[in-house]
Amino acid sequence: MKLLSTNGHLGFAPLRPDSFHRGLAELPDVIAADSGSSDVGASPLALDYSTSPLAWQRSDLEQMLLAARQLGVPMIIGSAGDSGANSRVDLYVKLIKEIAEEHQLPEFTVGYFYSEVPQELLAARLRDGTVMPGLDGRAPLSVEDLDVTDRVVAVAGVHPFIELLDMGADVIIGGRCSDSAIFAAPAIRAGFEEASSYHLGKLLECASFCAEPYGGKESVLGTITNEDIKVKAMHPDQMCTVASVSSHAMYERSNPYYENVLGGQLDMSNCLYEQFDERTTRVTGAVFTPTDPLMVKLEGAGRVGARYIGFAGIRDPYTIEHIDAVIAWSRAEVVKAFGEAGYSLKFHRYGIDGVMGPWEPHPVPGHEVGLVVEAVAPTDDAAEAICMTATRQLFYARLPAVKGTAGSVAFLFDEVLRAKPACSWTLNHLMPVEDPLELFPIHTTHAGVSPRGLEGSR
Amino acid sequence: MMQLRNVAKTIRSKNAGVDLVTFDIIFPDLDTYKMVCESMALTPEAVARLYNVDESQIVEFVNFDPAHAIKFTLRRAFPSGSAGDPDIFGSQQYAPLLEVEIPDSTNHHGDKPRN
Repeated sequence: MKLLSTNGHLGFAPLRPDSFHRGLAELPDVIAADSGSSDVGASPLALDYSTSPLAWQRSDLEQMLLAARQLGVPMIIGSAGDSGANSRVDLYVKLIKEIAEEHQLPEFTVGYFYSEVPQELLAARLRDGTVMPGLDGRAPLSVEDLDVTDRVVAVAGVHPFIELLDMGADVIIGGRCSDSAIFAAPAIRAGFEEASSYHLGKLLECASFCAEPYGGKESVLGTITNEDIKVKAMHPDQMCTVASVSSHAMYERSNPYYENVLGGQLDMSNCLYEQFDERTTRVTGAVFTPTDPLMVKLEGAGRVGARYIGFAGIRDPYTIEHIDAVIAWSRAEVVKAFGEAGYSLKFHRYGIDGVMGPWEPHPVPGHEVGLVVEAVAPTDDAAEAICMTATRQLFYARLPAVKGTAGSVAFLFDEVLRAKPACSWTLNHLMPVEDPLELFPIHTTHAGVSPRGLEGSR
Repeated sequence: MMQLRNVAKTIRSKNAGVDLVTFDIIFPDLDTYKMVCESMALTPEAVARLYNVDESQIVEFVNFDPAHAIKFTLRRAFPSGSAGDPDIFGSQQYAPLLEVEIPDSTNHHGDKPRN
């Protein structure tokens, strides 16, 4: 079975047509892509939007749909629209229908599933005494965590994809799911063993990030047999090498050997990577261990407050030397006007430790320093007032021996800018479930033109 | 004495989920990888010192033989993208690793003259 991975994060940047068309020439049995990411921060999930232009999402979906319908193979998308929230699934299903109608594609079946978890359900489970362990050092889920959460998605495994394929879906739009499940599902359904199916999914989910030289958004072809899995770069200048494929096993994950999905754990610690041909690497040796009880990962996000941003630059070496006093002056003025609590105010000191904060081992200023003032407060008006006070008061900071007495900082502009609200990841937890489908309601619908040609998409 | 950036092929950092940042240092060949591992220039203690964190904040430290790589993962002070987070992808946190000094005493793998 051959699976074509077209884009490591559909919608974040457009796929590259050349390697995509070379991939299609290999006659894949499945065309698939992951569209999700938690890297873009908590805002898309908390505020329910996508981070990239609709046109980019539509363009990738259009190219994949036309190719999949022409080849007559399934098209599978997971974690629709960054967050995998219900509105993103609905958006992608709508786009599929629009594209099908526009191109007058013969009627086909669209399957989709949702991943949002109602907070009432989580609250009820807490009341029942269910323990939902925290991941990555977090405490178990509490009512307080839910109080600061606006939206929760559960991370699906292969199960809703397999169910929808069994129901005859030609196109699947998935809510939030494990990246590897998007590719593992059709392989497992076709009878290949779970271990190699999940491992192939893991290698394909970021498309050309498993190839070298570095170049994103190029298609990659995965092949699974009963003996092995192979990944092949589709861009003529890229290769899947032992080095690039094995190092991809580390990418974005804390541990390179283990991957947890709903239903089990993939163990890659005894894998053998071999160069199969110039552009293809062959991998064997993954092991999959089912887990009991089933644990599903929950991701939750909440709006923290309105956010405004101010900018100031400093060039006077004396002022730079006394940067702490300048910031202390500004903060004290804000405290005088707004009190000490109920808001957050951060001075990012670019040129000192703006990028790394407390992790910076070399917090030594250069000849100029840039300050970004970030204020978060419950209301827009409060955030703007706090940000404006903090930014403006940098200008009036009082330093005893300063030569320049007409302003302590340079303003890029004399205003503060409204940003999107600040949000935070509030849930990163596990929830026990009886049935791997119980949090993921599945649906089918139709798109394209019916055989009689009289109806459009429904 | 040489620096890590002179011997590693890739030095990168990136979010690993919302609460962690993971660091990958990938070497071009087995000999270089082993030389750096044996030099003890990159250990949990050295990383904790470099990043000014307690060793308990290092949640993983792995010598990953298949990729000729050393990998470690730090716990963030707060989740990625929270107000005040200056690097929401965690993508620029690797810079201090570039200048980590690798002692040149362990040249017994020996096939690479230093310059």
